[in-house]
Amino acid sequence: MRSSFRRRTTRLSGLIAIGAAAGLLLSACGGETGETTKTDTPAAEDTGAAAATEDTGTDAGTEGTDTGATQLYVYGVFATPLEEPWDGAIHTALEAVAAEGLIKYEYVDSIDTPDSMENTLRDIAENQKPDLIIGDAFSAEAAVRTVAAEFPDIAFAFGSGEAEVAPNLSVFDNWIQDPAYLAGMLAGGLTQSNVVGVVAAMPIPEVNRIVNGFIEGVAATNPAATVKVSFINSFFDPATAKTAAEAQIAAGADVLFAERDGVIAAAQEAGLPAVGMMVDQKDQAPQNVVTSLLWDVKPTVMALVEQLNAGTYTASNLGQYSFMKNGGSSIAPINTDLVVDVPADLVAQVEAKQAEIEAGTFAVEINEEAPAGSTEVSAAE
Amino acid sequence: MTQTLAVLTMMLTVATPLVFAGLGEVITERSGVLNLGIEGTMYLGAFVGFLASGALHSAWWGILVAMLAGAAAGALMGLLTVTVGVNQHVAGIGTTLLLVAACNFVSRLKSSGGASEQVPKLSKLFGSTAVIGQYPLTYLALFVVAPVIWWVLRSTGMGLKLRAVGESPEAADAAGVSVPLTRYLALTVGGAFMGLGGAFLTVAMLGSFSLDIVSGRGWVCIALVIFGRWKVWPTVGGALLFGFAEGLEKQLAITTTFASVPNELWLALPYIVVVAALIIWGRGVRYPGAYLKAYKRA
Repeated sequence: MRSSFRRRTTRLSGLIAIGAAAGLLLSACGGETGETTKTDTPAAEDTGAAAATEDTGTDAGTEGTDTGATQLYVYGVFATPLEEPWDGAIHTALEAVAAEGLIKYEYVDSIDTPDSMENTLRDIAENQKPDLIIGDAFSAEAAVRTVAAEFPDIAFAFGSGEAEVAPNLSVFDNWIQDPAYLAGMLAGGLTQSNVVGVVAAMPIPEVNRIVNGFIEGVAATNPAATVKVSFINSFFDPATAKTAAEAQIAAGADVLFAERDGVIAAAQEAGLPAVGMMVDQKDQAPQNVVTSLLWDVKPTVMALVEQLNAGTYTASNLGQYSFMKNGGSSIAPINTDLVVDVPADLVAQVEAKQAEIEAGTFAVEINEEAPAGSTEVSAAE
Repeated sequence: MTQTLAVLTMMLTVATPLVFAGLGEVITERSGVLNLGIEGTMYLGAFVGFLASGALHSAWWGILVAMLAGAAAGALMGLLTVTVGVNQHVAGIGTTLLLVAACNFVSRLKSSGGASEQVPKLSKLFGSTAVIGQYPLTYLALFVVAPVIWWVLRSTGMGLKLRAVGESPEAADAAGVSVPLTRYLALTVGGAFMGLGGAFLTVAMLGSFSLDIVSGRGWVCIALVIFGRWKVWPTVGGALLFGFAEGLEKQLAITTTFASVPNELWLALPYIVVVAALIIWGRGVRYPGAYLKAYKRA
């Protein structure tokens, strides 16, 4: 009862969001047409006027039918609320692609359990018949695989730690160990106490490889450093994340990596630099956040859209589209206006490494082993 | 040494929301009503405190509004359990589900999954010096709220009436004490403290709100109240013990010596301590006489 209500309300808000996006799109199109027609002959003014009326109309129906023939219909199905950064990143990318008019996008979120994931997916596949269903399968691998096998004509692309399944289930993941390495280089260069703290969710492969990439980065600029890693065993508990960060400050850490929310608040109170995650968190503490690890799902979505439009879609592992060298991940612009000095040669060193990664001449080793609570980077090397 | 002090510092910070909400639950349960709406009430306090702090540009106003919202949530529990007289477990869980979902819904309407907004928050006293560098609410909890609740329950007419209603509503009613009024009062006052406990997380610790911010702290309070045998100081003691275990866990997990101990064991430590304490001291507890019983005049 509750979940169906929630789903309906989310769907409703989704529709409103899509309506608003479509409205924006219309106004953008209308504006452009208006401008070009101004310089044209009087006859063309009619089109300008028509565009203007369409512009003011809130009904997106006409626009939809215009491009509907070529527009892919994409459905987002998310196990967590969109506020969770992982699904938020997928949703943001899909909205961006929808805003360009390439796809028609709807979504549901907060599905919670594998059984309701299975029912929701089947419901959407049967009744909405989208061209593509995108989501995350981590908490419901079996459910996603079951339903994908039932609907071989619909493309499924899911965030997953497991392999793709022919003919229609593709997988992707947040391969952001490269930006983690660069952020680690910054942290290693900024620490005075030679202790760097990491507060992360839980020791699962997706988190471990980011933390390990970060630790390797610290080792690259500061072989004398120790990296302390706390796991809070939750994706959503910023208060505990903050106390974990305070524990690390007490243990000597003077640079923090906020794999989870809550850590930046601790860094701000203690006047220490911190690295953010998933979105540029500089706004939260402009004097403390040196950079943030960013995951851009848009290349993944664009690859899917191109394959589907060309009729060449097959199940594949889309992981490469999240790699830094393919534009799928990056670090936010380095903030040098911090509570501590950010040496120019450190920034140059990081930028040089970034150029190497982007050119494909350097790649961070993928290590999905759980990191220890305290690692001396010289011993780890 | 700094790390030992850090454990004590963290003990007080972690315990603060548990003290507020746990004592709110003590007041409620002593009147004979189990308020399982505590988790949702804390969530409401956290969310409303965050909104009000941002809207009114003051953390203290945020806290006041969070307390009012908590009191309203208590009144809702009163409507369900006192006026309508439905099963207290069902009413409590229902209240929690309702409040959490309502807050998440409003949160979604306000910002569709973007980065969390920062609002005014309290700062620590004494320049964040170890142990005594705490948020003012921590001092309020331990040195004002706990002694006052203890004194009111133990030594005032109001406290006597509350306990009488919780032990034997028939007798209290015969003596001229209004059972519904007393229970409503207990639920609203208790709810206000639960709201305050939730607001501590957003308005003192973080200055921002995110989904699931309470993360089961309300349920921990339910256990603490039983652990504390519905008494004020043992409940405070239980909250401090939980905070100590959590602080210890956070420190030991990142020391070189203990770094190889499995992470899951560290995470379970605070809960193991609470369960062990319940086994040792929680046996043969005597519940309030009218616990879980709705009262209707015969």
